[in-house]
Amino acid sequence: MLLMVSSSDTGHEPLEEDTSSSKSVTSSGTDSDHDTSGDGGQHGTDSGHDSGDGGHGGGVPITTLPIVSWKWHHVSTPYLVALWILVSWLCKLIIEANHHVTNVIPESALLICFGFILGGMIWGADKVQTFTLTPTVFFFYLLPQVILDAGYSMPNKLFFSNMGAILVYAVIGTCWNAASLGLSLWGCHMGGAMGDLEIGLLQYLLFGSLIAAVDPVAVIAVFEQVHVNEVLFIMVFGESLLNDGVTVVLFNVFDAFVSLGGAKINAVEIIKGIISFFVVAFGGSLLGFVFGLLISLLTRCTKNIQIIEPGFVFVLGYLAYLTAEMLSLSAILSIVFCGMCCQKYINSNMDESSVTTVRYVMKVLANGSETIIFVFLGISAIDKTIWVWNTGFILLTLFFIFVYRFIGVFFLTWILNKFRLVPVEFIDQVIMSYGGLRGAVAYGLATMLDGNKIKEKNLMVCTTLIVVYFTVILQGITMKPLVTWLKVKRAAVSELTLIEKVQNKVFDHMLVAIEDISGQIGHNYMRDKWNHFEEKWMSKILLKPSARKNRDYVFKVFHKLNLKDAMSYVAEGERRGSLEFIRNETAFVDFKKKFGDEFTEVMPDIMADTGDPVPSVSLEMHEQNMNGVRETEDVNSHHLLQQHLYKGRKQHRHRYSRSHFDVNKDENEVQEIFQRTMRSRLESFKSAKMGVAPPKHITKHTKKDQLQKMPNGKSLDKSRSYHSGDEDFEFSEGDSASGFEASGGSFPMRVSYRAGAGIENPAFMPDLDPLAQVQIPPWLAEAELDSSTVAPSQRAQLSLPWTPSNLRRLAPLRISTRSTDSFMLADAPGAQQRDNERLPPPPPPPPPPHRDDDHM
Amino acid sequence: MGALQSLPGQPQYADLAEKTGFSYDQIGVLHKRFNQLSHNEETLRRDHFNDIPDLACNPIRSQIIEAFFDRRNFRQNGEGTVDEIGFEQFLVVMSHFKPPSLHITDDQREKIRKEKLRFIFNMHDTDNDGTITLEEYRHVVEELLSLSETLEKNTAKSIADAAMLEVASISMGHMEPDEFYEGITFEHFLKVSTQKTTLKYYIE
Repeated sequence: MLLMVSSSDTGHEPLEEDTSSSKSVTSSGTDSDHDTSGDGGQHGTDSGHDSGDGGHGGGVPITTLPIVSWKWHHVSTPYLVALWILVSWLCKLIIEANHHVTNVIPESALLICFGFILGGMIWGADKVQTFTLTPTVFFFYLLPQVILDAGYSMPNKLFFSNMGAILVYAVIGTCWNAASLGLSLWGCHMGGAMGDLEIGLLQYLLFGSLIAAVDPVAVIAVFEQVHVNEVLFIMVFGESLLNDGVTVVLFNVFDAFVSLGGAKINAVEIIKGIISFFVVAFGGSLLGFVFGLLISLLTRCTKNIQIIEPGFVFVLGYLAYLTAEMLSLSAILSIVFCGMCCQKYINSNMDESSVTTVRYVMKVLANGSETIIFVFLGISAIDKTIWVWNTGFILLTLFFIFVYRFIGVFFLTWILNKFRLVPVEFIDQVIMSYGGLRGAVAYGLATMLDGNKIKEKNLMVCTTLIVVYFTVILQGITMKPLVTWLKVKRAAVSELTLIEKVQNKVFDHMLVAIEDISGQIGHNYMRDKWNHFEEKWMSKILLKPSARKNRDYVFKVFHKLNLKDAMSYVAEGERRGSLEFIRNETAFVDFKKKFGDEFTEVMPDIMADTGDPVPSVSLEMHEQNMNGVRETEDVNSHHLLQQHLYKGRKQHRHRYSRSHFDVNKDENEVQEIFQRTMRSRLESFKSAKMGVAPPKHITKHTKKDQLQKMPNGKSLDKSRSYHSGDEDFEFSEGDSASGFEASGGSFPMRVSYRAGAGIENPAFMPDLDPLAQVQIPPWLAEAELDSSTVAPSQRAQLSLPWTPSNLRRLAPLRISTRSTDSFMLADAPGAQQRDNERLPPPPPPPPPPHRDDDHM
Repeated sequence: MGALQSLPGQPQYADLAEKTGFSYDQIGVLHKRFNQLSHNEETLRRDHFNDIPDLACNPIRSQIIEAFFDRRNFRQNGEGTVDEIGFEQFLVVMSHFKPPSLHITDDQREKIRKEKLRFIFNMHDTDNDGTITLEEYRHVVEELLSLSETLEKNTAKSIADAAMLEVASISMGHMEPDEFYEGITFEHFLKVSTQKTTLKYYIE
């Protein structure tokens, strides 16, 4: 069956649907024109029709209506493609299921081994290798998304601050590798080390250039599993991405030289070659940059088509790649820079869920292709026709590649270290050299060699394969032990705290200032100037006005922390059943709307608005998806979140990983909230019992506690005691004594708002604290309407152990009475005032006159 | 404050080089710059700094300039501020931004690190009471964010507050309800800055 199919089989799929994986060695006539067509989607149908004709159209005239018919040819191509994708991914599934194995052997190596097995099976069935990785499939359908993902996830600042070093390694290092390998092999050939081979100097250089480049796919696959420090990672990673430009140029130049023949090469041709290098590399980068800007501009105005908005990123990214290929510029550089340049703008321009989509789809595509690439690297090996053994050639190649990589890295680092502020350490150099993995790019280039011009093409292909296996499997496996053994500085596990971020910002500005004062033009100076330019022009053009304001670094960090806190908080509440109403359509709370309304400051409007519950059944999923927390630009919701911040959450650092998309899932967090709650409750009990309940403490609680009671009434109180009941039931009295003492008086004031109490999500209450007067009314108003439809179970009310007030109290109150008060002071006056305007019917809480004293 | 009496020649440079660890060349460059900034006067005043065009868009400009006139940064155990500084003081302040030489022991490195951190700490601790209080820190963050007009003051405030809370929870662990977090002391500051802060000041 496979054999039959394979004769007309070419897989093409659009980038979005991931990639085709199968391709016949024996390309038939139809294949070649398929290869030229750009869009895979159409293509799939085309070929379907072609073969479909064979299936039913062109045969015997039918005599009767067939009920069903067997139309394998009709679907064979896409079917095989899909099957191969499935098989490759299943391999990955099996591999990942055995963690103890992947801990020792990197995934990429295992995938190649799986490829061997699969290839063996095909070989056993067909006696010929039907499926191999062809350059077309690899370069057009498998590679782009891997690289796009790499570019998109690139930590830009880190990359650009090490740009110099990366370029040196990528350009000079690669040239050195290519030249030294080619010349040495040629020398050995002359010395007679490999017997009788028909390879000239130019062909050796061609071979050297195709195998010189460190492969981005293989390198990332291995390095993401050993968590080396950032600088080392970015060096290897950046080098592997950028040296493609060099490889492609070298390859093309030498390929042309080989065609020309040695005699025709003169100085002019060589100079042309050098010029072509710059044109190809810079042209490719520039093209990617332009496409990146294009994407950014486009996402500026895709507000109305948010569902497909992520698609633009992929389509334009792919177009950047193809355009560069069309202009014979470096396609990889183009797509890398496209991703790097647009990441910042699209992330701010697009809706948050679109950004998430882009990230996930990017990972799915990249990880999927990577898997397929490795599996097919393995499959390709099981093919008798390509195996030509020449011990001298193969072993010498391996040896030279290994040695020259070391020499190149050490020499270049030695030079670089004279200019670097923080020198690259010796061990890092070892790892860098050792991490010079070759991969599918080299193999793809090798198979592109013209067998007519290069007699020993098969030898080169199989040597390339061996080099790939050697580096990916052997060096890949030994990388981790080596890193451990050499005690390479790992990526710091600890994450930056908020204050550190602020501090880093201060440092940055200070360094710039010092450079300004001392009149030097240094790295910081350049960066600062670029930032200003960027801020002034690029952002203005490329960013939505609304997105612009949230772009400040520190603010973003802070916002992220808040968001995360709030989300985990809500999630936890939901888990405990107290937030069921949120999933209930009718009780859907549209924060955005509410808060938006508040700014209008018109009471009747709000009431009118609440009479119209938001229908939440909609195709536009973003509408309902975490609407409340998502509304980042809303200052109010910001305040809401701010109150959640009981501790500066640690933000996860930017670390590139293709197979893991880090959502910060910190299980300890929830645990911690709970523990702190318990602790604080105990504390407040103790202080109350000993009669030293600090007066400040109580006054602080007045407002908060009334709020807290307001929605839930006694039940909240009860829940607290219930909750603590297990360990310290007797404490609960003291607890409420200290906590609620002061609130007793004010409680009835708010009684009018208690109607909807049951359905309110108490978990949200804490946020409302200082601003509560402003925020609650509309919300409650809606709640009131809905109260008939949703009421949380009794259990839900009781089982909410960390009520808002607790959380609220933990944070600032425990730490500093003074700072808390100033906290509240900061927000209180405004809120108070608005409150007064807003809510004539319920008497506003007594203005706390003592507040000022507290503050002092 | 002892402004330099004459244009310093090599011997005077030797003195300064010993004090600050700069090389003669670096001192030469900086001296040229000093003269340029001060318009060949012997002392620098705040106005001179304010005139540097590139500095104009630096959000924390005032703090940095202030640091140059802060006696605490002169390595002489002084306090308070001065109105003008001579070349020597300029150089001493600048020397805080010198990269540590590569061949020093860990102890020395640690000492240098501490000195640098102290410099920043002093920059934030405007009233020199040994703690960065919430007010002071808010001021820092506000200035830091002052460039982006879109951010409200409240945001800066809450960022500062959040960061402060964080420091408190890191450095104090748990606190009693009536306890009061004064502000970041230098020890706490060291503690929270241990990790990854970009302490790579350099000059040259």
